[in-house]
Amino acid sequence: MPAWWLWTFYATIAFALVYVVLYPAWPMVTRATGGVLGWSTRADVAAEIARFEAANEPMFARLLATDPAAVAADEDLHRFAVAAGAAIFRAQCSQCHGAGAAGVQASGFPNLLDDEWLWGGTTDAIVTTVTHGIRNETDPDARYSQMPAFGEELDAEEIEDLVAQVRALSHQSHDAARAAAGAALFETNCAACHGAAGEGSRDLGAPVLANAIWLYGGSEAAIRQTITFSRWGVMPAFGARLREAEIRAVALYVHQLGGGE
Amino acid sequence: MADTVKLVVLGLVALLAAIAANRARDFPFQLHMLMFMVAAGGLFLATLRRTGEPRPAPARAEYMDGPVRAGVIATALWGVVGFLVGVWIAAQLAWPGLNFHWAEGYLNFGRLRQLHTSAVIFAFGGNALIATSLYVVQRTSAARLWGGNAAWFVFWGYNFFIVLAATGYVLGVTQSKEYAEPEWYVDLWLTIVWVTYLAVFMGTIIHRRERHIYVANWFYLAFIVTIAMLHLVNNAALPVSVFGSKSVIVWPGVQDAMIQWWYGHNAVGFFLTAGFLGMMYYFIPKQVERPVYSYKLSIIHFWALIFLYIWAGPHHLHYTALPDWAATLGMVFSVMLWMPSWGGMINGLMTLSGAWDKIRTDPIVRMMVVSVGFYGMSTFEGPMMSIRAVNALSHYTDWTIGHVHSGALGWNGMITFGALYFLVPRLWRRERLYSLALVSWHFWLATIGIVLYAAAMWVTGIMEGLMWREVDAQGYLVNAFADTVAAKHPMYVVRALGGLLYLSGACIMCWNLWKTVTATGARRPAPAAVPAE
Repeated sequence: MPAWWLWTFYATIAFALVYVVLYPAWPMVTRATGGVLGWSTRADVAAEIARFEAANEPMFARLLATDPAAVAADEDLHRFAVAAGAAIFRAQCSQCHGAGAAGVQASGFPNLLDDEWLWGGTTDAIVTTVTHGIRNETDPDARYSQMPAFGEELDAEEIEDLVAQVRALSHQSHDAARAAAGAALFETNCAACHGAAGEGSRDLGAPVLANAIWLYGGSEAAIRQTITFSRWGVMPAFGARLREAEIRAVALYVHQLGGGE
Repeated sequence: MADTVKLVVLGLVALLAAIAANRARDFPFQLHMLMFMVAAGGLFLATLRRTGEPRPAPARAEYMDGPVRAGVIATALWGVVGFLVGVWIAAQLAWPGLNFHWAEGYLNFGRLRQLHTSAVIFAFGGNALIATSLYVVQRTSAARLWGGNAAWFVFWGYNFFIVLAATGYVLGVTQSKEYAEPEWYVDLWLTIVWVTYLAVFMGTIIHRRERHIYVANWFYLAFIVTIAMLHLVNNAALPVSVFGSKSVIVWPGVQDAMIQWWYGHNAVGFFLTAGFLGMMYYFIPKQVERPVYSYKLSIIHFWALIFLYIWAGPHHLHYTALPDWAATLGMVFSVMLWMPSWGGMINGLMTLSGAWDKIRTDPIVRMMVVSVGFYGMSTFEGPMMSIRAVNALSHYTDWTIGHVHSGALGWNGMITFGALYFLVPRLWRRERLYSLALVSWHFWLATIGIVLYAAAMWVTGIMEGLMWREVDAQGYLVNAFADTVAAKHPMYVVRALGGLLYLSGACIMCWNLWKTVTATGARRPAPAAVPAE
């Protein structure tokens, strides 16, 4: 039996004995021994969080005191807010909107890089969207609108006509005869929200139909699906999850991605 | 009389299974009960047809090698199945498009992962352990297996358990406990099989004709007894309905987590370490034809290992809801485990003293040496990863996967291959293996495969650990989770390639073993049950 084996074994035992004195180890009647060092995982992480919070506190105070629209003028503050917002975005938003904020095309997760906005692209509008969310059941102030499922009101032929008309509005290939028939249907059923020429409405979160940007896809099949069954895109309210300053930071981050107004 | 009892039991099982299948609340349960019904019914008919016929008297002077032969075949076949599923899910991770839409809910990664782990650990490893233990205990005790056909029941019962588990996974039956996924009725069946296994093994030792109990048997026995205990405690569950597959674990919250990893870690400790050490302690000395280097060391490290291993589980739960004190104890016991584990490595390697030249001439010895080398490496890596500060980086990363596979592919796989190459010519009474050159090919393919696999996982593991914790000057995370996934892609391809090499080696082995049995002529004389060998 090699001596080094035995002595290394003894050394690990000695290490263990020292370690259990220094760190929380032995379960007693009501609680475990805390260890001579008084160390714990929770205290450790709390201290680290507190350290960064203390360091960031002055900047957050400045962010709260500044009008969101005016932050861009303060270069230091803007850089801080965008860095903080980017981190928050990665942790909270990227699951749906993608790590690069390009959304998931045709799946109802909007691209945040372009200048097309469903509910408005000013910093204030983005703050409102992030705070209250969209069509959720947790926040009474959530942005809300509902497209009817026209499969219950129109027959299949009429829906086909509407599909052609929507494709006509966005300058895609379509059946001209059907589109002509669909124009009247569009006027009575769709124009109230989407506008007579498909220009959309930000008050209602109604998407623009007259351009090449699609939330759920612009193919005939996708448009047919949308008209027949409607869509129900939901975004959670972050008002209770993030602090006010964090919401402003993430809004400023999204604002500067490319399409901010 | 025995036939009557057998008929009554089989008839009752078939009848009860039929009732359960008829009243089943979900399809997988119904399928499994039908499988029970067909198996028991078939055996009932077979027994009935043979009733009253004269039986040949059992050859008491000979070893009972039938179940060992069957176990060797099952080991080789399940090995290939397990490795194949492993390669497939590695490819699914590298190219997610391979989770085909039409197979969603059956063959997607989430269903196949358990199939892979159970196939390699329990089907490949389990059959290898059962077969080799039944071989070794007879030879070292100079006694035929105790309990007559009970050993056959162990073999078929265990493999029936594997088929139940595997079909269950694909159909979505799981209690969501890692390495303990099978549901309550499958657990009950395994309990019956396992107790029979223990009885056969113990019975043989009790009826031994050799005074001393060889150390390999101690390791095998520790494995059988401890797995029984772990299995019973971790699977304590209440079925929602006796006619349904779903059950609810009795342990609540963090206690469940604690018990699960007490089980999970000791499945590694007693299934994949102690059991395979038993294998190592028999087959390495036999293959190199030298006595064990230090018998004293083997006894000391055996007791140290089984005393310390059982406490080390909480290191799987660092930085979780588990209290710090429990995590500390898990960590220090893991650190103390280092040398007891290495005792086996020292004994394995030093047994080659004076016979090191065999590494050059005998590819089987080479395989066994590499196996022990990987054993030493992963039993150093394990205690290191259990240290809280290291675990803060390694936990939840691919490093853990790399660690597991350097142990599983390197240690468990290679020692099993070595044992299979040793056993097949002896069990089928052939003069030699069909081709040593093919063994060499297997050795190199497997070794290169392991290196690619483990290196790729170390790199991705440490990389993603560092990426997850990377924060900027303000304390904000730098990377999104998706960034770490994208960064891992090249290493995932390398990992799949490593697995493919390992699988190719195993296929070559199957071919070689097949040809050994069918294409090499000369026979050895039949082995007699004395003296101990």
